[in-house]
Amino acid sequence: MSIQITIDGQPVAAEEGHNLVDVAAENGVYIPTLCYLKGHPCLGTCRVCSVRVNGHVAAACSVPVADGMQVEVETTELADMRKALIEFLFSEGNHNCPSCEKSGRCDLQATGYEVGMMVSRFPYRFPVRERAVVADHIWLERDRCIFCQRCVEFIRDRKTDQKIFSIKGRGSTAQIEINTELANAMPPEQVREAADICPVGCILEKGVGFNDPIGQRKFEIQSVRERALGDKKK
Amino acid sequence: MSKPDNNNTYSHDLPARQLDPELQAARDEKIKVAMIGLCGCWGCTLSLLDMDEALLGLLDKVTILRSSLTDIKRIRERCAIGFVEGGVANEENIETLKEFRENCDILISVGACAVWGGVPAMRNEAELTDCLKEAYVASVTAVPDAIPTIPYHEDIPRITTKVYPCHEVVRMDYFIPGCPPDGATILKVLDDLINGREFDLPASINRYD
Repeated sequence: MSIQITIDGQPVAAEEGHNLVDVAAENGVYIPTLCYLKGHPCLGTCRVCSVRVNGHVAAACSVPVADGMQVEVETTELADMRKALIEFLFSEGNHNCPSCEKSGRCDLQATGYEVGMMVSRFPYRFPVRERAVVADHIWLERDRCIFCQRCVEFIRDRKTDQKIFSIKGRGSTAQIEINTELANAMPPEQVREAADICPVGCILEKGVGFNDPIGQRKFEIQSVRERALGDKKK
Repeated sequence: MSKPDNNNTYSHDLPARQLDPELQAARDEKIKVAMIGLCGCWGCTLSLLDMDEALLGLLDKVTILRSSLTDIKRIRERCAIGFVEGGVANEENIETLKEFRENCDILISVGACAVWGGVPAMRNEAELTDCLKEAYVASVTAVPDAIPTIPYHEDIPRITTKVYPCHEVVRMDYFIPGCPPDGATILKVLDDLINGREFDLPASINRYD
């Protein structure tokens, strides 16, 4: 059913129940996201898409639009809130862009640019998390994991639909785990998919790296904002 | 630099020759800029010079008191804008940074090391004793048969337990990430500030690597 909502005061026509992130993008409004993957169910783990819906802060990826909904996206307060969430992720792990293979095609990095992060307001923690290197074709730089759970939910064994990735533990001791047996059964294109789906440089494909020269990397060709908005960019 | 109880003389304490009064007068009117390097690789300081000929256009307005071309230990007069490369990894870095803060109106962290610690901060995941052991005692490049020694002398600055971003030691006003940031990025910031515009690093030129 066709409905109407407002985004930052502007009336916007939408289909009822469509995802707010998508509706905003279709109307030229970029809402930063990290865990949300268009076409997949909402995870709602990172909260980077926080906006105000009818006065309450909510993760836009978890909001199906309804008639009369009033959405605020680009207020100073909300922009700073989203920036703080990105800054928090940068200080919580070891996001050493200069030495990271994912640099230039990293969602976290690209979103950091979009929210205008130059430094984290939180103290950098430098956590020690052992990397997982046992699987044949894939390895994990665990101190970069932001626990978005994209890999956990969307990368599954093709035969059994079992999860290949999982998160063990809670809080500061939580870490991403990989089922070595299932990982070794992954066909090459699924290995690549897992590495691509990872919004940071945690899941990496063995034997490749630094393939694209600086200036020709994914988000240098087209920014994350341009990719989200497609031809709707303002 | 505080003076330990010895007879060392530091270059910045030596008397300086007076400039030609005309040149001094012209220089006094300009905006004073300086850049220091702490625990970094000097790449960011070189990026400042990477402004290339654009630097010439700025020289009507600014004078650079300290850079990798004039490698003095301390600036001799107050600066309007100070750039800092590198994080804080030893006691000399702390002193240099504090002294620079006191003598600059605006202080800017330049590059990954100054902003969050950068490559040197990779040692933050290990104990300092293990780092020193790895470097001097169990080093694969150690001199055979030599007695393993961790250097210690009053002239060698003591290493801090962890590597710190500059803003955890003194107040920093602005941050230019990058490893290193482009000369053009530093130029934009400098040009904005000396022309009275706000500091602004849009997403199109902001880089963390």
